[in-house]
Amino acid sequence: MSAHASSGVTGRPEAIRAVPVRHPARWVGSVAIAVLVAMFVNSLLTNENWNWSLIGEYIFSAPVVKGVGVTLLLTALSMVIGLVLGVLLAIMRLSPNPVLSGTAWVYIWVFRGTPVYVQLFLWANIIALYSHLSLGVPFGPELLSFDTRYLIAPFVAALLGLGLNEGAYMAEIVRSGIVSVEEGQTEAATAIGMSRMQTLRRVILPQAMRVIVPPTGNETISMLKTTSLVIAIPLSTELFFQASAVGNRIFQPFPMAIMASVWYLALTSVLMVGQFYLERHYARGALRDLPLTPVQKLRRRLRRRRSA
Amino acid sequence: MTPPMVLAENVHKWFGRIEVLRGIDLEVANGEVLCIVGPSGGGKSTFLRCINHLERVDAGRLSVAGRLVGYREKGDRLHEMHDKDVAAQRRDIGMVFQRFNLFPHMTALQNVMEGPITVKRESKATARARAEKLLARVGLADRSAMYPNQLSGGQQQRVAIARALAMEPKLMLFDEPTSALDPELVGEVLDVMKQLAEDGMTMIVVTHEIGFAREVGDQLVFMVDGVIAEAGTPREVIANPKNPRMQDFLRKVL
Repeated sequence: MSAHASSGVTGRPEAIRAVPVRHPARWVGSVAIAVLVAMFVNSLLTNENWNWSLIGEYIFSAPVVKGVGVTLLLTALSMVIGLVLGVLLAIMRLSPNPVLSGTAWVYIWVFRGTPVYVQLFLWANIIALYSHLSLGVPFGPELLSFDTRYLIAPFVAALLGLGLNEGAYMAEIVRSGIVSVEEGQTEAATAIGMSRMQTLRRVILPQAMRVIVPPTGNETISMLKTTSLVIAIPLSTELFFQASAVGNRIFQPFPMAIMASVWYLALTSVLMVGQFYLERHYARGALRDLPLTPVQKLRRRLRRRRSA
Repeated sequence: MTPPMVLAENVHKWFGRIEVLRGIDLEVANGEVLCIVGPSGGGKSTFLRCINHLERVDAGRLSVAGRLVGYREKGDRLHEMHDKDVAAQRRDIGMVFQRFNLFPHMTALQNVMEGPITVKRESKATARARAEKLLARVGLADRSAMYPNQLSGGQQQRVAIARALAMEPKLMLFDEPTSALDPELVGEVLDVMKQLAEDGMTMIVVTHEIGFAREVGDQLVFMVDGVIAEAGTPREVIANPKNPRMQDFLRKVL
């Protein structure tokens, strides 16, 4: 048989209309899951121990909403501290100077290697270790002195504990992002006369962000929930403490714990949306086609329906 | 008398115990095009990278426009240059890489504007005007808004040439600029380089394109095992190679 350059003579044959493969097991599985879900939803609605009306009553109450605010503030500020510290530590770890890289290594070793709960406890009680802090000549006279009792308020202790701990994790995330950018990029930037810092800021970090953003979103979501550990200080204004306090007061701890979870779930959902758009932003130049936003997907679907 | 653009005197370079450059002597005058050919691993790229101090010279002297590269001479001792001064020196030397190394998160235009804005602190308007002119010069005026991954290899390499030219260098280094390209895209890059040479740019080109070397080069050196085995005008070296390794090499690439 010889190959033909063109099949224009015979024209296009009729499109294939094959019988699709049947998947009976999928149907069985789907039905089983549907039954289980229905049973669970039924129990949620009929079992009065869930006490949904109580949740509705307290979910927007003043102390709970204020707790949400404190939790969000704590999350945001801790993540900012963690991010700044993480970038700094990552750059230090990659430095050719052994003192800098060694310092960063020890920092990460200590702060990643001990429980954040214990770190929070230590920051709150640092007064027991150092009763006052001072500025002055090292080993010489003091110029300014602070009493740690006033310097380390519970909120500050919480920020220190969460932020400094997060810095250690972020350092490793940022470092993995930086080393993922190929060496040719540094060479090209160096060759047009950029300094080390300019290269990092203009060329390396923007590309590293693609690797850095997803785990950082993960860290932020994790941080939102870790804030409930500040009870170690104790800082009592955050969401979970407030929810439990209400629960204990009205002898209904369980519905109030569910209520707090509903809040955490709602907040993480918002964060996930933010992460999607952030990832999309940093995909420029790395992907030929950016992933569609939900709005674009909807528009495309509507257009298709109209044309069909 | 103005010093030569590039002057190499007995340049040596070693990586650990392996000596990659074993005494390179050459001189490139202002406006000249030097082509370096030779088998892989012969030290061509390393030598090129020494010229803008991406690699440091370990022995001998290498100077660009009369100034030592990467070192400062004080009395009879050499002092390592501060990073800042090395960067300043590199501004006058453009470099084009085998794998383009464009910044993938920037459009073609932004790639070309980046050096003038970040390094020379030029205003955006000035940098943009020059970048547009340069992209037009390499035939890519209509591609300025595209990201590198939306361009063909030949187009990317032409953007890379424009990016280097945006710093208004006195010397251009080309490290196998067409080796990563599909055969049908090689011509468009060589054409841009030819035009650049005709405009009087001083160029050092590491290449396997013997035709280009013959047509555009003023000098041709054949580098093998870290030494220059043969040098001269491209015509005589290609037509009448004396070194047996050069004869063997030419037989393979022609």
